[in-house]
Amino acid sequence: MSDFEPKVVAFVCNWCTYAGADLTGTSRIKYASNVKIIRFPCTGRIDFMLLLKAFANGADGIIVSGCHPNDCHYTSGNFHAKRRWIMFKELMDFMGIDMNRITFSWVSAAEGAKWADVVNATVTRIRELGPYVSYKEMVDKSVEEEVKNG
Amino acid sequence: MARIGVFVCHCGENISATVDCGKVADTIGKLKHVAYSTEYKYMCSDPGQTLIKDAIREHKLTGVVVSACSPRMHEPTFRKACAEGGLNPFLCEMANLREHCSWVHEKNELTTEKAIDIIRTQVEKVKLNSALQPIRVPVTKTSMVIGGGIAGIQAALDIANCGHKVVMVERSPSIGGHMSQLSETFPTLDCSQCILTPRMVEVAQHPNITLYTYAEVESVEGFIGNFKVKIRKKAKSLDEKACTGCGLCTTKCPQKKIPNEFEQGMGMRPAIYVPFPQAVPNRPVIDKEHCTYYIKGKCKVCEIVCPTKAIRFDQPDEILDLEIGAIVVSTGFDIKHADFFPEYGYGKYKDVIDGLQFERLASASGPTAGAILRPSDGQVPKNIVFIACAGSRDPAKGIAYCSKICCMYTAKHAMLYKHKVHEGNAHVFYMDIRSGGKNYDEFVRRAIEEDYVNYIRGRVSTVYERDGKLIVKGVDTLLGAQPVEIVADMVVLATAGVANPGAEELAQKLHVSYDSHKFFAEAHPKLKPVETNTAGIFLAGACQNPKDIPDSVSQASGAAVKVAALFSQNGLTREPLVAFVNRTAPPMYSTCVGCFLCQSVCPYQAIEREDFKTRDGKIIKTVAKINEGLCQGCGTCVALCRSKSIDLYGYSNNQVYAEVVALLNEF
Ligand SMILES: Cc1cc2nc3c(=O)[nH]c(=O)nc-3n(C[C@H](O)[C@H](O)[C@H](O)COP(=O)(O)OP(=O)(O)OC[C@H]3O[C@@H](n4cnc5c(N)ncnc54)[C@H](O)[C@@H]3O)c2cc1C
Ligand code: SF4
Ligand code: SF4
Ligand code: FES
Repeated sequence: MSDFEPKVVAFVCNWCTYAGADLTGTSRIKYASNVKIIRFPCTGRIDFMLLLKAFANGADGIIVSGCHPNDCHYTSGNFHAKRRWIMFKELMDFMGIDMNRITFSWVSAAEGAKWADVVNATVTRIRELGPYVSYKEMVDKSVEEEVKNG
Repeated sequence: MARIGVFVCHCGENISATVDCGKVADTIGKLKHVAYSTEYKYMCSDPGQTLIKDAIREHKLTGVVVSACSPRMHEPTFRKACAEGGLNPFLCEMANLREHCSWVHEKNELTTEKAIDIIRTQVEKVKLNSALQPIRVPVTKTSMVIGGGIAGIQAALDIANCGHKVVMVERSPSIGGHMSQLSETFPTLDCSQCILTPRMVEVAQHPNITLYTYAEVESVEGFIGNFKVKIRKKAKSLDEKACTGCGLCTTKCPQKKIPNEFEQGMGMRPAIYVPFPQAVPNRPVIDKEHCTYYIKGKCKVCEIVCPTKAIRFDQPDEILDLEIGAIVVSTGFDIKHADFFPEYGYGKYKDVIDGLQFERLASASGPTAGAILRPSDGQVPKNIVFIACAGSRDPAKGIAYCSKICCMYTAKHAMLYKHKVHEGNAHVFYMDIRSGGKNYDEFVRRAIEEDYVNYIRGRVSTVYERDGKLIVKGVDTLLGAQPVEIVADMVVLATAGVANPGAEELAQKLHVSYDSHKFFAEAHPKLKPVETNTAGIFLAGACQNPKDIPDSVSQASGAAVKVAALFSQNGLTREPLVAFVNRTAPPMYSTCVGCFLCQSVCPYQAIEREDFKTRDGKIIKTVAKINEGLCQGCGTCVALCRSKSIDLYGYSNNQVYAEVVALLNEF
């Protein structure tokens, strides 16, 4: 599995993490190129159904990141995100999605180095976990095999 | 069909050094909806922008993706260029190839591929962009300046002199800040009070300035041009109108043993006090924490002696509601205190003091009337040691930055000492002398060459007491790290400048960013040093990082101009990236079911109710409606709405999904 390059999508807010990732760039700190960022105004905007859709489209790992508690540009978006995430996490867990594939982390506009760490740690972890095989596919295959062999 | 133009920028070599821009432009040019794709060395330059404008007309583009630096840097530039080229500015997106790709990855295939993916994502997004018109909002032409140090004073006077209203909020009983504590100021050695107090008085008397001292910001809501601010005016236990400032109460108060903050603890003050003689306003406040009446329920001496019956023990805190258009934050800084320096004996030995304490000793209005006397026994110190960089530039102690002002004030202190104690010896331990600034290096040279201050390059490892003397042990690195020991009568530490207590809470109330040291963060380190990330909130002075008076004043005037520019318009145009609730034909009117859950999460109270009625006025259905003027486009309501009835311009459900699909699939 050594040549496996995970596909990681990052859902980030504009004011903290996106700006933090800009600072990573301005500070010329290097990190794994497997991660690609999608910008949202705030973590409060992130509809977690998108995570499922990203997995369905072939993502191996996901990062969700925004302002630290109390630092949200819009006061409370990250609290709403956090609350919704707690519910959604259970659901995803129940659906058989390995929670190790998802990183939820706060990165401020001043934490350029932290962004690089978050990305690298996530990519390393996903590399170990291997490519994501969706729940649906797993079921289909086993049923298929049983039918064929049976 | 969409006709997208893609413009790949080399950014000199910033992008092209690690990304193969030619290959990127070629690959992107082959995408289905890309009508034009090209590369250029500097897209933001005049010829670069012209290239975009010409291509819009020539290729009849319906959308543009500028693939260059962060949108946080140049989005306004390119949106404007598009508008000039005849394309609605909101049909332009940026692909961040520099900060998010070329600067953070090595030069290889993967990096170029990532650049292509980033652009493809934006191409898919921009296809779904809507042509939008900017939103007009009104501007309240009253500003608020938080913190009345020299920075706040300068900003307030400048704004007020432009003819605009200013509300100044200062949390201590007087304005003036740290400058009011200083004796004389580098690089001219002019008296600090003499140049400051006239300005303090001007603030108090200016018809356009309303001053609230002993007051703090309770909450801030709203947005540029339209902030709603609550201010807590702490009870002074005084009717300020009745008080004449005679000061009888302060002399008669029996509780006199409270360490005087203004004198940095080197003197005592009563429980009812005016912080210093030139205070503005020159009216006392009762320090409830130490007042005998508030603690034990009896005393009231001040009330008895007051000739105008101005004391009000039952005065409550007052909350004021203000409408504010722009805010200047000028809450200044503090210096590191005792527990941080056990190795220097600070807090343990009375004669180890900090820079501000030395200022008070050297000040004509200070506890010793300007005589340099050591705190322990009031003797004149014959040998004095100044230790620069106490805490600063010391990553092991968590402060990696240079506090910037200490080299200069240490030279000043050594000079002031020599001017007052002619036969004394002044020694300075330093790491480097940082004296950049007009006439600054000359000032330090004067200390060394004319006043014979002994500068020793090296760090002090410890200070301890032996036979009533302070032993300062260090090294002289210019003599090959030779150990040095100086027997001193007094030691002055140039302790690190740090953020003011409460800075973090204030930043959170204002929704502005701050760094890991709790200093307020500017919007851009070079090009927007006065702005914060939050539109309409500006910075002035040492709340951003330690700085001296000339820098604080310059920045304050800069902030004032930003406010004045904002107030020179009768309204503002705002980005129309706001939420909207869908509308359909009757009898449905909208897929919104009227649960109004969205209303409870909106931080700006931007969600209203709209009734649909029959001709005779009967309500058929009530659905949500967004007030565009109030919505800030956070999108919290969008993610929450269970019937998917709300969407957000610029970040619509379809747009973000298109981005996900484009990122993860090749086509
Ligand atoms: C020992 C020493 C010597 C110095 N000597 C010199 C010198 O010779 N020459 C020179 O140019 N500079 C000198 N400086 C630097 C100078 O003190 C600063 O440049 C200057 O004080 C910065 O002004 P400011 O208004 O930004 O902050 P401050 O002077 O710190 O004023 C901030 C004000 O805001 C108020 N405030 C804080 N928080 C809040 C809040 N939450 N709400 C409301 N109000 C708040 C404070 O009470 C204070 O009044 C010296 C500094 C030190 C420590
Ligand atoms: S827009 Fe959505 S959340 Fe708001 S009232 Fe309508 S259905 Fe409820
Ligand atoms: S996007 Fe929705 S929640 Fe956010 S400010 Fe606008 S209306 Fe309020
Ligand atoms: S703006 Fe960053 S989490 Fe809300």
